[in-house]
Amino acid sequence: MIIEHIDAQLPGTVTDRHAFRGDQTIVIAKENLLAVVELLYREGFQLLVDITAVDWPERPNAQGAEGAGRFDVVYHWLNLASQERLRVKVPVAEGESVPSLTGTFKTADWFEREVFDMFGIRFDGHPDLRRLLTWPDFPGHALRKDFPLDGGDVFCMEGCTAPYNNGERGERS
Amino acid sequence: MTMDSIALSRQMLDGDKMIVNMGPSHPTTHGTLRIVLELEGETITKATPEMGYLHRGVEKLGESLSYQQFIPLTDRLNYCSAIMNNVGYTTAVEKLMDIQIPKRAAHIRVLMSELSRVADHIVCVGVNAVDIGAFTAFLYLFKQRETAYDLFEMASGQRLHTSFTRIGGLFRDIPEGFVPLAERFLVECSEAIDELERLLTKNPIWHDRTKGIGVISAEDAVNWGYTGPSLRAAGVPQDLRKAQPYLGYETYDFDIPVGTTGDVFDRYLVRVEEMRQSLRIIRQVLDRLEPGPVMVDDPKVALPPKEKVYTRMESLIHHFKLIMHGMEMPVGEVYSATEAANGELGFYIVSDGGKNPYRIRVRPPCLPIFSSFESQVKGGLIADAVAVLGAMNIIAGELDR
Repeated sequence: MIIEHIDAQLPGTVTDRHAFRGDQTIVIAKENLLAVVELLYREGFQLLVDITAVDWPERPNAQGAEGAGRFDVVYHWLNLASQERLRVKVPVAEGESVPSLTGTFKTADWFEREVFDMFGIRFDGHPDLRRLLTWPDFPGHALRKDFPLDGGDVFCMEGCTAPYNNGERGERS
Repeated sequence: MTMDSIALSRQMLDGDKMIVNMGPSHPTTHGTLRIVLELEGETITKATPEMGYLHRGVEKLGESLSYQQFIPLTDRLNYCSAIMNNVGYTTAVEKLMDIQIPKRAAHIRVLMSELSRVADHIVCVGVNAVDIGAFTAFLYLFKQRETAYDLFEMASGQRLHTSFTRIGGLFRDIPEGFVPLAERFLVECSEAIDELERLLTKNPIWHDRTKGIGVISAEDAVNWGYTGPSLRAAGVPQDLRKAQPYLGYETYDFDIPVGTTGDVFDRYLVRVEEMRQSLRIIRQVLDRLEPGPVMVDDPKVALPPKEKVYTRMESLIHHFKLIMHGMEMPVGEVYSATEAANGELGFYIVSDGGKNPYRIRVRPPCLPIFSSFESQVKGGLIADAVAVLGAMNIIAGELDR
């Protein structure tokens, strides 16, 4: 199994792991990302299926203490030979950046641009980190939890009040 | 901003270059996407895709909708094969909840998925041919596509936005008259595919326009994140229906066509053969369809039948609980992938145990494929850009979400 292999080759990098419904997940620090990715690539995890992020604004030390942060950058890999999947999560605090994988995976280019667009997470070493889906002067980052569902005041006409989603998730009137 | 980017690049012009806007509303873009082409004569020196014209914030909306309510949004991802998106999404939620759907529901899901794969490939191949200038093939095939859409309409009441699946099964069983029409479709569609092949496969003009265009090696295709027919055309026999079977695909007998060069012609051949293989699968499904329920028998997941809601107290309570409070979801995260017409359609769902997903991510198959567009057309002729774009089968609704 790949996780044991990472443990053996790079001891101490995997800070947390869990398996749920057959999905293997490991959590690593962003400093170790490039080393782990290099190992994964050598071990046959050559199809980078997806890069995305999850916003956890209520996480205890959301303000950037060691080991945790507001966002999880989530990578999904697929090994085409063994059909094994691996999810790698990298916690990152607001304002911090993650090393870009564009050097190894060309497909990381647009996925990282989308994560930057939607969450405002920067990727070090990305050749062209522009917004992908929204326009350059779009206010804020749409998939952050504190971005209102209706877009907030910026998208409301004068006198229009937001009828729902006043900061709470799933509460609609 | 787009005007800025044009103005910027115009400063760099030396008089020989020309900027051509392809899109946002161009017949070959299959939706609204825009490519800014820089030309030197007829040779493309730079191609900058601009996307987001159809961005509707599906992932953001998903966080405010319950798990069932998200299904209609999945119709609007790849609207050429909406049922496959429905199936992909409900499969992901069923993986999260760890429930097994009834046999008949799985059979009908396979049947409808393969029908929509045929319909999707018809659009891709037919429209690709139209873009290059071969109009007839498109018309021959579109009659079959209409029949496929008639079948969708019979089953779900809608041609395009089907919303046919539900978490735990299907919205309803297929009606009477569905199977005979499907049988007729099998015969007629297979004839139409033969006609298409007679028109195109050995046609020298078609060869001139497609062979050697958009060539990609297997390593590059994997590195760009290709999946689906485009990856198989490059020579990688990766098909999730075989490699990581779901819905019982391992019990069906079908082959995976694989190309060699990855060019437009190979992608065309792979798609045509996949249509035939899909028809084979539909044939097998029709043979093994047995009567039975199409929804799980679990009041915590499936809505009770209406007559019971009106007559029985428990059913009324179940109905109320499901509508008002939603389903009970475990805390956790899953990634579930299905083989859609374009490639691997993935749904990554993070649940915090609430009524709505905490985060829902759609992994569109054509985003990584489209990201390689510039490297595919750079140095080629402008007419080839149209051929490459058509063979990638970019659906803007899925690309922009």
